[in-house]
Amino acid sequence: MKCFHLWLVWKWQAIIFISSSFLLMPLASTLVLADSAELQSQRGAYLARVGNCMGCHTTRGGKPYAGGRKMRTPFGVFVTPNITPDDDTGIGQWDEEDFWQAMHHGKSKDGRYLYPVFPYIEYTKVTRQDSDLIFAYLHSLPSVAQNNPPHKIDSPYDNQWLLFLWRAWYFKEGVYESDSSKSEEWNRGAYLVQGLGHCNACHTSRNVWGASQDGELTGGEIMGTYWYAPSLISPLEAGMGDWSIDAIVELLSTGITSHAVTSGPMATIVRQSLQHLSADDMRAMAVYLQSISKKEIDVKKTKKIPPMPEAVRQYLSKGELIYEKHCQDCHGVSGQGVPNIYPPLAGNRSVTMASPLNTIRSVLYGGYPPSTAGNLRPYGMPPYQHIIYDIEIAQVVSYIRNAWGNIGSLVSHFDVDQSRGNEY
Amino acid sequence: MKVPDTLEERVKPCTICHEDAYKTGADAYYPRIAGKPIGYLFNQLQNFRDGRRYYQPMAVLLENMSDEYMLEIARYFASMQYVYSRPEPHSLPPDEIQIARKLINKGDSARDLPACSACHGEALMGVEPFIPGLLGLPHAYLAAQFGGWRNGGVMRGQTPDCMSEIAKKLTQEEVYALAALLPSQPVAGETAEADTLDPELVQECQDLFSEVRFLQ
Repeated sequence: MKCFHLWLVWKWQAIIFISSSFLLMPLASTLVLADSAELQSQRGAYLARVGNCMGCHTTRGGKPYAGGRKMRTPFGVFVTPNITPDDDTGIGQWDEEDFWQAMHHGKSKDGRYLYPVFPYIEYTKVTRQDSDLIFAYLHSLPSVAQNNPPHKIDSPYDNQWLLFLWRAWYFKEGVYESDSSKSEEWNRGAYLVQGLGHCNACHTSRNVWGASQDGELTGGEIMGTYWYAPSLISPLEAGMGDWSIDAIVELLSTGITSHAVTSGPMATIVRQSLQHLSADDMRAMAVYLQSISKKEIDVKKTKKIPPMPEAVRQYLSKGELIYEKHCQDCHGVSGQGVPNIYPPLAGNRSVTMASPLNTIRSVLYGGYPPSTAGNLRPYGMPPYQHIIYDIEIAQVVSYIRNAWGNIGSLVSHFDVDQSRGNEY
Repeated sequence: MKVPDTLEERVKPCTICHEDAYKTGADAYYPRIAGKPIGYLFNQLQNFRDGRRYYQPMAVLLENMSDEYMLEIARYFASMQYVYSRPEPHSLPPDEIQIARKLINKGDSARDLPACSACHGEALMGVEPFIPGLLGLPHAYLAAQFGGWRNGGVMRGQTPDCMSEIAKKLTQEEVYALAALLPSQPVAGETAEADTLDPELVQECQDLFSEVRFLQ
């Protein structure tokens, strides 16, 4: 018996000895890893770019990541928080676990449910490793002491119990799960599009509770922006099933291709986030996006177009005159555009898709595609809100939606007026 | 279709409003930008983009533009010959003309108001590289800017906000007289060089002048 006891003591000593040598090993490997800390930080910075944290957590011209940007929704005005490592006004007192709780579970450090204006519906798919890297990067930023105004949430949406119910109904927690029937590249793309890239935060329609409906990436008006984020599935909108991978990559990384251009919030996403993606990640995203889109269908076969009534013909011919005067010099006599400079209007789905919102806004406000490495000095579209009347904008938009083989609904001056407004 | 690879083609969205002086009525708002000092133009482009100067149509256009490109555009307009101006007649009574002239040329030391010409140059055509000229601008634009300065809405968050401090000291009558008299002056003379400025004023508005990094 005693012998056994001694043996046990010896065994424990051995275990302690052996495990302490193991304990020393992580220390040694920390030393080896010291120079990869820089790499880790770069990785975190890169992931924060992919997630475009800065896009929402920075006001116009404000200190990066210090928050304060107002997000208008039908449920009230949300103000993005300061996520610099300031102890009092930022997330200085958070640790990795708190950050994971926010990203993965949609809960704040104190356990409160976060409003889904923070896209945890998508971020829940992000891996723990990526979450930790982003957190480490945010904690390496300079602290900015900046108190932001509180949200102004309308009653009853300020009730945490409602949020509890909302989450129970609409929030599915869980890291992205690879589809083993698909390639590694496809899965990487799916992870980026569905998770960190949170494309569905805009490219979806929402029900009265603000929850995504009708499936992912099926397009919808972006809350509080007066822009329509087109479907990435439908071949009638921005589905890219019959695009080459190279063309998708070109559009998302430079903001422009020979036949399409990004505008509005998407131009901003390209500038702030997508142009900084690695070639591999960009390609993976393109592979995934190409795969989820339905293939091209012939619109003319699916729609029966009745002969045009005389009144409509007259309406459109007024639009044609405006087109000749203001638009033709750049977009061409037959709406053909100029590759990588002025987008074509003939056959342009952004012009013909069901929602005329983006086209109306482009005419009202004009704009430049983003300055990117692939398009340093973009050509631009002049604003016409000062130049022509709403009814003329309605006529010319109706015209381009129905010229050169395009088919689209007519636009009235009420539509033009209702397309005004934005976050400024 | 061949598109010229020029800045002239690229700045069409600017020139649709700022092109010339032939606009009348509600459209007579847009200030000239041709021939204004490069630093001033660049600062304003940045201010519009970054929300310090509030004007929605400009903010939308500049939303996704890089500093480098904006500098190129500023240089383009700064180097353009100023070709248009038709003085706008005014109907100010003689005593109000007197008030405006005094503010332009002498200021009012009792209220610590420098003369307009002390900063904007003897010819009121601005001073390189940051101070804009005051002539050849429409009445509506000048009146709106004065209003903006007085309400602190033109240059949010910029310190020191010299022009805002000055505008707040002016009376409504003085603002009206200046906004009417300046557009009636024919444009003559050149943008002045920086060394013509009073060193004391430069000291006061130091931040404005120290932003030379981008010109190097």
